[in-house]
Amino acid sequence: MWDQGLEQEWAELMRMALAGDSGAYRQFLLCVTPHLRAMARSRCRTLGAPDSETEDIVQEVLLAIHLKRGSWDSSRPIGPWIGAIVRNKIIDALRRRGRRTNVPIEDVMDTLAAEEQSGGLTQLDIDSHLATLKRRQQDIVRSISIDGDSIRETASRFKMTEGAVRVALHRALKSLAQLCRIQST
Amino acid sequence: MRTEDLIDRLALDPPPRFGFGTVFLAATLLSILVAGVVFLAVIGVRPDIGLAAESARFLFKFVATIPLALGALGVALRLSRPGMAAGGWRLVLGAVPVLLATAVALELHQVPASLWQSRLVGANAGFCLGLIPLMAFGPLVLLITVMRRGAPERPALAGGFAGLAAGGIAATFYALHCPDDSPLFLAAWYSAAVLLMGVAGCLAGRRFLRW
Repeated sequence: MWDQGLEQEWAELMRMALAGDSGAYRQFLLCVTPHLRAMARSRCRTLGAPDSETEDIVQEVLLAIHLKRGSWDSSRPIGPWIGAIVRNKIIDALRRRGRRTNVPIEDVMDTLAAEEQSGGLTQLDIDSHLATLKRRQQDIVRSISIDGDSIRETASRFKMTEGAVRVALHRALKSLAQLCRIQST
Repeated sequence: MRTEDLIDRLALDPPPRFGFGTVFLAATLLSILVAGVVFLAVIGVRPDIGLAAESARFLFKFVATIPLALGALGVALRLSRPGMAAGGWRLVLGAVPVLLATAVALELHQVPASLWQSRLVGANAGFCLGLIPLMAFGPLVLLITVMRRGAPERPALAGGFAGLAAGGIAATFYALHCPDDSPLFLAAWYSAAVLLMGVAGCLAGRRFLRW
């Protein structure tokens, strides 16, 4: 899929990263990102998704690579491993999108105007949505998404690692998104 | 969030302490231990084990169940890693039905037709269907839990093989207890119990192994 020398370099960086070298890990993520972006962009174009979606997919792929980095067998080439993760996440993203967009316009024409009027979320909506989350997730979403604190501040306030905060936020936003989708259909 | 910021933050996380292979191996050993404890606590080894150990039919049970467990474990491990195919373990697993079919054919050839039914029904088929899943439950939970750290591209399929592996481990222990040694019994009831675990694993995989 990629140039062999390139893959070998990535594999070397990832091996160092898994041994605890955070500089090498940062380098690895920076090196693969343009390639992930190119893949995500071409996929989005062929499937008619807007370019704005590309960066979301890139970030989701990066997060998945991060969370699943232990699943790479370091004696094997890294290209197919990255490729499989990208594929999985792109399918994920497009499936989500598909559910939102594959609705004939006739079906929603009557409700479009009404929907626009009730566009924003009221405080009540926010509270009731947040109430569906776990306690700690609520605190984190409130802190970051509503009060606008940084991940670092939030992490030190709740005495968690930044990674844990990021993962909790990611999961919380995912379940909120799902909730909104269910309610809007 | 800008992608560069995300990268900076991700890079600060320490790497996982153990590789996936190590954790999977640990879960496998623990699964065997858990199934063994349930086995000893609930049923135990059959009383005539010394005599049975000399019979080819008794020994054949392990020729089927051990490759089943090993093959399914190997495939489950490989399928938990993105970008890997099932590989050679598939052949180990695939050998099991072939072995079983051969043994069934030999049994039908050796034993008069009038005994087929009693061999097939055995002494405690219900026991077999209940106890194998009972002993396989702990291993399945352990394997699925560990596989959540992996990233199976096909969660239901990977879960299914974890189920077969759990069933294989349980069936190996159960074979030490079960007085029915005929391949006919093995092919009917052991298979049913193990396939049941495979289905349970599929469902668990679909539910818990998505990422």
